Amino acid sequence: MSDAPTPPSDPQQPRLLYCRCAYAQVVPDDVKNDVLAGLADSGAAFEAVPDLCEMAARRDPQLAELAAAGPLRIAACWPRAVRGLFTQAGSPLPKEGVAIHNMRTDSATTVLAGMQGIADTPETAPGDTP
Amino acid sequence: MIASPTPPRVVLYEGPGAEPLEAATRRDLFTRLLDRGYAVSLAGRGAPATPPEAAVIVLGRFQGSPPAVEGGSGPVSVRDISGEPLEQVVDAVEAARGSRPMNRPEAAAAETGGETWKPWFPVIDMDRCTNCMQCLSFCLFDVYGVSDDHHLQVENPANCKVNCPACSRVCPDVAIMFPKYHAGPIDGAPVSESDVSREKMKVDISALLGGDIYAKLRERSAGAKARFSRERSEDQALAERRRCLKKLADAEAIPREVLDALPTPEEIQRRAAEAAARAEAARAAAEAAT
Ligand code: SF4
Ligand code: SF4
Repeated sequence: MSDAPTPPSDPQQPRLLYCRCAYAQVVPDDVKNDVLAGLADSGAAFEAVPDLCEMAARRDPQLAELAAAGPLRIAACWPRAVRGLFTQAGSPLPKEGVAIHNMRTDSATTVLAGMQGIADTPETAPGDTP
Repeated sequence: MIASPTPPRVVLYEGPGAEPLEAATRRDLFTRLLDRGYAVSLAGRGAPATPPEAAVIVLGRFQGSPPAVEGGSGPVSVRDISGEPLEQVVDAVEAARGSRPMNRPEAAAAETGGETWKPWFPVIDMDRCTNCMQCLSFCLFDVYGVSDDHHLQVENPANCKVNCPACSRVCPDVAIMFPKYHAGPIDGAPVSESDVSREKMKVDISALLGGDIYAKLRERSAGAKARFSRERSEDQALAERRRCLKKLADAEAIPREVLDALPTPEEIQRRAAEAAARAEAARAAAEAAT
């Protein structure tokens, strides 16, 4: 956690997307706050949205932009739900190059490690649909 | 759902030509804006920001003239926030939105007086859905529809009754998710073999009253109506209906508010018949197309 500047934009770097789940309390507050703090404190570029569910209902164009933007790491909730939301909004996430980290079940440390590419956590848990 | 246009997006620029915010200030700014319903990006370092199609407000502590914003097609406003307290920055974002309506998270709506809608609607796991149309037949509120290529789709998410996961319980393939539900697999958690083999969700409701809940409601209400004409007691008819609804609510099959808001038995019957006919037509069309 530092204010040290990171290198300028690199198009190959995965985009980072954080979902705040602001319209309901399904993600534990401490986890979502700590993940946001970790991302914000790192000083690296990232995109934060108030609530992917709400955006999917509105078919917010940002979902299509994100789905088409290349490698993506997402901090939100269950991968099945997140993929379903993008699909329902008309912008399915590509099968490859997207890692979804679950703030409903994982610790902030685990999610942040995944977001920062330090540890690759699997997108789908055992028993989940591919 | 509140028919709100896409809210403007906020970009905090910290690239060349701008002084980065202190970590704590940056964190605070993100939190405040997100909790008011704004999407925020940190741009200028690392991965590039996605060029936005929506209106965008660029904030930064610019050293000299602000950078040109490339890509995107929406209107752009740029604000130098050097020396500004965060309250002022947030107010400036609100002011830049103007009078366009915006769906707010509940706490922000309470604070700012705006409207709030909890995004509650079914999300279909297309890897599981078999297009059987049971959900379309079941839902009385026109949430579901059929796409041009005869597949089930969620057509009117705003019609969904908040906190009611009832249709997820009629899906034989456990394909219906409500991401804001409190438990799996309805919340999107992995579906286990036992979830599928039990077909239990359907049984939960059907077994409860020995058949389709709406049919049962109709029956009960018809019974109540008959008694009403016999006894001329409106109170008794109402009490009967309430007893039936309470049973469903007690079993946590459907939230009480939803049951209380159900239309008249005649209207239920009309809508159910209509939905069943749509489902049947969609199934036939899908079969003919294969
Ligand atoms: S996608 Fe998941 S984390 Fe994001 S708003 Fe929906 S339920 Fe909450
Ligand atoms: S009930 Fe389930 S499987 Fe059938 S159409 Fe609906 S979502 Fe698909």
